[in-house]
This record gives sequence, structure tokens and C-alpha cells, in this order.
Amino acid sequence: MNAFLHQLASGAALGGVYAIMALALVMIYQATQLVNFAQGEMAMFSTYFAWKLTDLGWPYWRAFAVTVVVSFLGGVLIERVVVRPFAKAPVLASVIVFIGLSLIFNALAGWLYGYSVTDFPTPFDGPPWFGQRAMSAHESGSILVSLAVLMLVYAFFRFTPLGLAMRAAAQNPTSSRLVGIRVGWMLAIGWGLAAAIGAIAGMMAAPIVYLDPNMMAGVLLYAFAGAVLGGIDNPFGAAFGGFAVGVTENLMGAYVVGSEVKLSVALAIIVGVLVWRPSGLFGRRLVARV
Amino acid sequence: MITRRSLLQSAAAAAAFAAGAARAETPGVTDTEIKIGQTMPYSGPASAYGVIGRTEAAYFKMINEQGGVNGRRIDFVSLDDGYSPPRTVEQARRLVEDEKVAFLFNTLGTAPNLAIRQYLNDNKVPQLFVSTGASVFSDPAHFPWTIGYNPNYQTEARIYGKHILATRPDGRIAVLFQNDGFGKEYLIGLKDALGDRAGAMIVKEASYETSEPTIDSQVVSLQGSGADILVIAATPKFAAQAIRKSYDLGWSGVRYLSNVSPSVATVLKPAGLEKSKGLITAYYGKDPTDARWKDDPGMKQWQAFCDKYLSHAEFVDANAAYAFSAAGTMLQTLKQCGADLSRDNVMKQAAGIRDLELPLLLPGMRIATSPTNFSPIRQMQLATFDGQSWQLFGELSTG
Amino acid sequence: MSRVAQPGTILRLAVLAAALAFPFAASGYHLYQGAQVLIFAIALLGLNLLTGVNGQISLGHGAFFAIGGYGAAILTAKLGVPYLLAVPLASLVCFGAGFLFGFPALRFGGLYLALATFALAVATPQILAYKGFDFLTGGSSGVSLAKPHAPFALPLTTDQWLYCLCLLCAAVLYWAARNLVESRVGRALVALRDQPIAAEAMGVNAALYKTTCFGVSALYAGVAGALSALAVGFVSPESFGLSLSLSFLVGIVVGGLGSLGGVLFGALFIEFVPNLADQLSVTFGESAKALPGAIYGGLLILAMAVMPGGVAGALEAAMRRVSRKK
Repeated sequence: MNAFLHQLASGAALGGVYAIMALALVMIYQATQLVNFAQGEMAMFSTYFAWKLTDLGWPYWRAFAVTVVVSFLGGVLIERVVVRPFAKAPVLASVIVFIGLSLIFNALAGWLYGYSVTDFPTPFDGPPWFGQRAMSAHESGSILVSLAVLMLVYAFFRFTPLGLAMRAAAQNPTSSRLVGIRVGWMLAIGWGLAAAIGAIAGMMAAPIVYLDPNMMAGVLLYAFAGAVLGGIDNPFGAAFGGFAVGVTENLMGAYVVGSEVKLSVALAIIVGVLVWRPSGLFGRRLVARV
Repeated sequence: MITRRSLLQSAAAAAAFAAGAARAETPGVTDTEIKIGQTMPYSGPASAYGVIGRTEAAYFKMINEQGGVNGRRIDFVSLDDGYSPPRTVEQARRLVEDEKVAFLFNTLGTAPNLAIRQYLNDNKVPQLFVSTGASVFSDPAHFPWTIGYNPNYQTEARIYGKHILATRPDGRIAVLFQNDGFGKEYLIGLKDALGDRAGAMIVKEASYETSEPTIDSQVVSLQGSGADILVIAATPKFAAQAIRKSYDLGWSGVRYLSNVSPSVATVLKPAGLEKSKGLITAYYGKDPTDARWKDDPGMKQWQAFCDKYLSHAEFVDANAAYAFSAAGTMLQTLKQCGADLSRDNVMKQAAGIRDLELPLLLPGMRIATSPTNFSPIRQMQLATFDGQSWQLFGELSTG
Repeated sequence: MSRVAQPGTILRLAVLAAALAFPFAASGYHLYQGAQVLIFAIALLGLNLLTGVNGQISLGHGAFFAIGGYGAAILTAKLGVPYLLAVPLASLVCFGAGFLFGFPALRFGGLYLALATFALAVATPQILAYKGFDFLTGGSSGVSLAKPHAPFALPLTTDQWLYCLCLLCAAVLYWAARNLVESRVGRALVALRDQPIAAEAMGVNAALYKTTCFGVSALYAGVAGALSALAVGFVSPESFGLSLSLSFLVGIVVGGLGSLGGVLFGALFIEFVPNLADQLSVTFGESAKALPGAIYGGLLILAMAVMPGGVAGALEAAMRRVSRKK
């Protein structure tokens, strides 16, 4: 029973990280209908930035805030400089650009910081919360952070004029332009927000998985799977998918198929669910108009 | 008139001429230079090991600045294979056929080396000191042109198995291993040493993929099995996770740690020094980040080398320290070759290293090879971690 | 029309002539590279039929390449089947696997298919290393194959023969793909890509066409994988990682999506640009040996910026400009 709770807890904690990452993917998907394969490596790079700051002796939350802001600006910059020129190119050309970006960030991090693993501080230090033993303070804290990010993303799209403008720009660019929304800038802000959210995911993941240039490769895979499973056009669905993937994968590996093929089995289940519900568990059913 | 003296002279001249011709025929060898090739994953999933190639390049640069080996400078060509066997074959062929290197040195990875082994043996090109601990590369009967280097994973696992039998014959063992050739060889070696007790003693095995973010789940399962001995056959990142998680779960038993990951700074410190107390490993190289070697003359050499040719990042990197020793072994082989750098002789000398001591190997440890022994590093010594440093105990053993 | 087609035909004949002369001018190592290019080109042809012509994205063609490679390796090394028979047999297995995978794929559009095939690519090395299959796959240590020698006492070296074999396969498969695309079937596939609903309304059997297209595409990848196993002489899980699948995608986009001739440029790109990146990294100093990945990424983005429609797209635009000037 105790082991079961531990499995559940570690699955949920990592699931929280997948959920934040999935939200970052949702951000760019909302705006461009594309999945940014470089999101993981961008998040890793942001995390190294935060690590540099804490290494200089900055207090955690200040480093956290500065990293989020810098990542936002970095995301905007990447969209303006690297992604924008491909706006009119075929969709797959953009995908190739994402692959190129992820290669660049990965190798740059290895070159600048080396490949040895580094520990990364957590703000949630100390004994486990609420007197339980199954979940460490950081695990509880990062789940809390992922829920907070989810609420913020939801509130942003639902209640702020900027969020509304972004949704409009994504769904109907032409009409949006007519009512005075600067569609191009909306895309750039989407990228910025995705980079900022990704940075949070990286900073929550690093204390669990350790910081190294390949830290986010596995995380991105699961986040992608989670986002698609839950429905990538719906922040709640995507976040739920992230949690579901984290927990299911742990339980499958521990109790059903063994660790050797758990990744393959988890992926097979996701594909199976998609056969049953092709637009994800909570995604909008697409209806084609003839 | 032909005197005995002139006959001797002309015979000597002919011999010298023949030797010169032979030398000229060895690809990659001139009177002033020897060309050495290597494949290394500078890009791709295994790029963490790229530092090995960079360190070796710096080492040979240092040798060249000191005047080279036997008057020849070393031209070291290290190419990226992205850890993909088809590309390793391509680069190896480029090195042999296009760059015309004399031989290959410390090519990295089990699968990449397996992919080029037949080709190199068919062409009688030495494949020296391959950078992998898989046991299949020490097979002089079938592959006389391929010689291993790293201590063999199976040998190491056997040392743990023997230690377990000697100290806890009734123990219940849980094994965490990487799901590839590296991890599986540990399992083989361990079972081998435990003999017919293996089935009863090993109560749980769990594997992980390098693509997984964490192995917390596996460690929980292993702990849940009720085992009191944990064998961690993992690369640094996952080893650190396993050490931390097993401590956090309140594991009270003994933990054995693969000697792939004993670095104090890059494994134990991230895991937590307190959490690493009591770990046991089989040691063969000095850990640059372990304070006990601070004043060691060998370590000072490594420090001076890093200061001049590399940086602090390489100084603490266990892979770079490994490369320093591998390059030292290569240098010894070249020195032994003398003037005769034919492929036959290079191979003969690589298989004829006697009791070589290197700056970063444990005191008293010697590298030795022979025509029937293609495993240069066979000795290891058990060590336990006291929260600050590794404390060696017991004898140097050969598994 | 004929004015546009003519330079194309001349180009094709020139490429063929160069490819035929190559084995008698090049060294063994360059022949190995040539064979790799042809092998990639075959795999890219298959992927381009699926993604470029039929509009079904696949990030997991490395998996079919792996089935072809392992198929050939197991058939020749473990079961003693002659290699000339092993290649078609292994690719038939691939056709079956691709055809079956095409059924769930029918349910997915765009992104979802990308995820499903991505999952396939990620899972492939793990499945190949699975201990239950060790007796066939050799587990993590893979399978070694003997190098095939030229049959009928042909006066060719192994490298020349392998290159010629790859060239023959590539030429036949290119010809087949061209005929397929220009036939009624090809038009149906394009219609299913561009106007799926209209196509179905016109009576095109979408399920049959799409699954068959998946099967044929996998067959191409299988032939390529089997030839690769023969040329490399070794297969292991590491040979078929995610990066292989991604490089196929890179290949068809750089070559030109939907362009069958473009795959040659795509194959040249994924074969030679990684080496170029390795060489360029040296110019950034000694510590930059860590950078080939970043340089390759940069070259990728650059290639896309210069030729968003791939090499084929750029050539077409150039030709149009030339004919307009006339």
C-alpha cells in the first residue's frame, strides 16, 4: 500500500511537470496549429539561465521571476527572428525549423555548461507537507505550481483582453486584422508565453530529474503525449493529460507490464485512446464543412 | 673485392632499406608523423562522451609540444559519428581509406565498435583500446586486431557478487540496470558470481531507458520487494536519482554503485553527500573531485594539464579523466613501438604492455596486456563512501 | 509543357549517367557513401509518397527501416536465406506492417498521426532490445551480417556490387513511384490529400487507398533498411533511433515535399551535411568539437530559409524564371 502511494505520488509530481510543459505546447498550438518540438530544449536553456543566477547567489524567487521574464523576451525574439520568416512556407518547413532549433539549444547548452548533471535548488525545501510521507515537499510544491499555472493560463484566455485577442487572432486572422488586432504580434506573444511557461516547467523538473542538456527530451515526449491525449486545443484537457500520463506510466511499469517495455506500452495506450476518441479526451470534435 | 666487412655493410644497408620501405608502406606513418584516427559521438544522444575525444586531442597536442613520440608528431583525426553505427562505419572507412590513418584509437560505444570490428579485422587495421566495457572486445582468438580498454562490466559485477556472498550470504538483492548492453552485462556478471544462489538471492530486477525523465518509480518497486541489497548499474544522472530516492524511501540496506558513476562532484553531490553515505563501488581511477587525492602527484599532473590545455569543466569530468588515462596508455604503446610503426608491431606492442602505472590510476594498480589478455584494466578495489570521500578497503582484486 | 519537361528529362538522364559511371571512378569508401545516399533516397521516396503525395505525416519511418534491416539480418545471418531473397522478403514484411499501421492511422488527422508515428519511432529501439526477442535480435548487441559478394563471378568488388545493387533498386523503385503518382491511383492519393471530402464523394475508397499507401511507403523504407543492413554489415537498436526518423523527415522537406526527384537532394543533404557540420565545428576552435549538433541545426534552418519549398521547389522556380526570360 505504501509503495502504491509512493508510485502515485512520484507519478503525479512528474505529471505536474508534463502538465506545465503541455500548457506551453498548447500556447503555440493555439496560435499556429503547430507543435513546437524545440519547446523542451528552450525550457532546458531557460533552466540553465536560472541556475546561473542562483549560482551567483540570487535568492530563488528573484531568479525565478527574472528567468520567466527573460524567457518570455527570448521566446518573442525567436518568433520574430527565426520563426516569422517561415510564416508563409509549407507547414513542414516550420517543423524542420523547430527540429533545427532544438538541435541548436541542446548542443549550445552542452558546449556552454558541459554534460555533467547539476543539482538545482527547490523553493519547497524541508520536510514533507501535511504530515504524510509519500510525497516530498518539492513534489507537493510542483503540483501546486502546475495547478497555479493552469489557472493563470485559463484566466488569461478567459478574462483578459489580450487573451481574447490572441484567441481571435488564432481562430480567424483575417477578421481579427479588420477589427484592429495586430495578428503578427499575437503570435510573438504566444511564443513568449510558451517560453515563459516552459521555463517554469524546467525549473520544477530540474530538482527531480537533475539539470543536464538532455533533461527535457523525455519530458517533452510525455508532455506531447499528454497534451494530445487530453486535447491540445483545451488547456484543462492538456493539463489533465499530462497528469494522467505521469500516473499511468508509473502504475503500468510497477504493476502491470514491468519496467522494460513500460514506455512502449504507455504510448500504445495513448494511441489506443486516440483511436477511440480522435481529438483527445476533452478536445473539441472537429466537424468538417463541405 | 668483396670483403666480409663490405658484405656486412651492404647487408645492413639492405636491411635498413627494407625497413624504410616497410615503414613507407604503413599508411599514416612518415618519418615525422603518425596519423591516428577515432570516431566519437560529438553530436546526438551520447554527446556527453564527446569530452573524451577532446581531452585526447589536447593530450596529443601536449605530446607534440614536447617533441612528439620517438621524433614523430601525432596527427589525431577524431570524427563525429553521432553514435549511429552506420555513420561509424562510414567514418571508420574514411579514416582508413581516405585519411589513411595508421590505426584507430579509443573509438566510443559498444554498438559503434561492434559495427566496425569485422571491417577493421578484415583489413588488419588495429582497433586499439576501444572505449566500452563490453566483454566481447577482449577476444584475441577471433578478433586479433581489436583490443579493449575499460574494466569489463562483467568483471566488476562479479566483484560485487563475491563481496555480497562473503558479507551477506543470505541477502536479498534488487538490481537497477540500464536497458542496454551496459546494464545487461552487469546482470550477467552478478548472476555469474552468485552461481546457483542467483535465483534465490536476486528478488527483483528493474530496468530503465535513457529516454526516461526519472527512475523514481523503479526505485520504489525495488524497495517494495523487501530486498536489503541494491545494485545500481546506472549512468551518472540515473545513479544520482537512484541514490537520492532510495535514501528518501528509507532504504536501510547496502547499496552498490557501478564504477561508471562514482564521481563525488557530478553524482554524489547532486544526490546529496549525506544520502550517499555507505555506498560501495569498485574503484580503479582516482576521482578528481574526491578531496583525498588533493595532494596526490598524479592528480597534480592532471590539474596542470587541465589548466594549460582544457578548463575546470573537464577537470571535474570523470569522462575526461578517463580519457587522460586512455591517452597515456596509447602513448606507452607508441613508445614501445620504437621506430617500427607497422600495424603488426603496433598491435604486438598494444598486447605487450607490462605493468604500466598511470597518474590517475589507483596507487599500485598496473595496466597489463599479453597476446592472450586483451583486457588492459583488470584490477579494481572496493571502496565505501563516508560522506566526504571514498575509502578504499580490501585488496586489489581482479574479479 | 514539353519545354518544362525537357530540361527535367535531361537532368534525370545526366544523374543516371553520373550514377552509372561513379562505381568505376570512386574508391571503396566513396562507394559506401554513394550506397548510403541511394539507401536514404529509397526511404525518402517511400516517405514522400506517404507524406508528400498522400498528405499523411509520419515521424516514425525509422521503425519500418528497422524492420527491413532486422528482417534482412535475421533472414541471412540466422536462417541462412540468400541475401538477394532476404531483401524482398523483409520488405514484404514491412508492407504488411505498414498496411496494418495504416488502419489506426485512418482515424487520425495531422497532429494525431504525428504523435502516433512519433511514438512508434521512440518505442522502436526499446522493442528491438526487448529480452523476449533476444534469440532473434541479439538483444542490445545486435546482429552482424556477412558482406555480400558479387554473384555470377561478376568482376566487381563488394563495394561496387553493393552500390550497383542499391542503384538498381533505387532506379526501379523511382520508376515505380513515378508511374504510381502519374496513374489514376496517384491522382486519387493527391485528391485525398487536398480535398478529402470531395474525393470520397467522387467514389474514391479512402480507407483502401490510404492504408495501401502506408503499406507501399513502408515497403520502400523496408527495402532501404534491408540494403542498409547489407551495406553496414551490422544492425543494433542504436542504428534505428528517433534521430533516423527525424532525418527522413528532414530529407523529404529539404528535397522538396511531393517531388520524387527531390529525394536525391534530400538524401545527399542528410548524408553529407552532418559531416560538413563536424568539419565546420573545428573552425570554431578546439572546444567547439561539442558543436556539430548546433551547426547542423543552423544549416537546417538556413536551408529552409533559402529554399522553403526544398531543392525541388527552388529548381522549379529557377526554371520558371529562365523560361520567362526567353
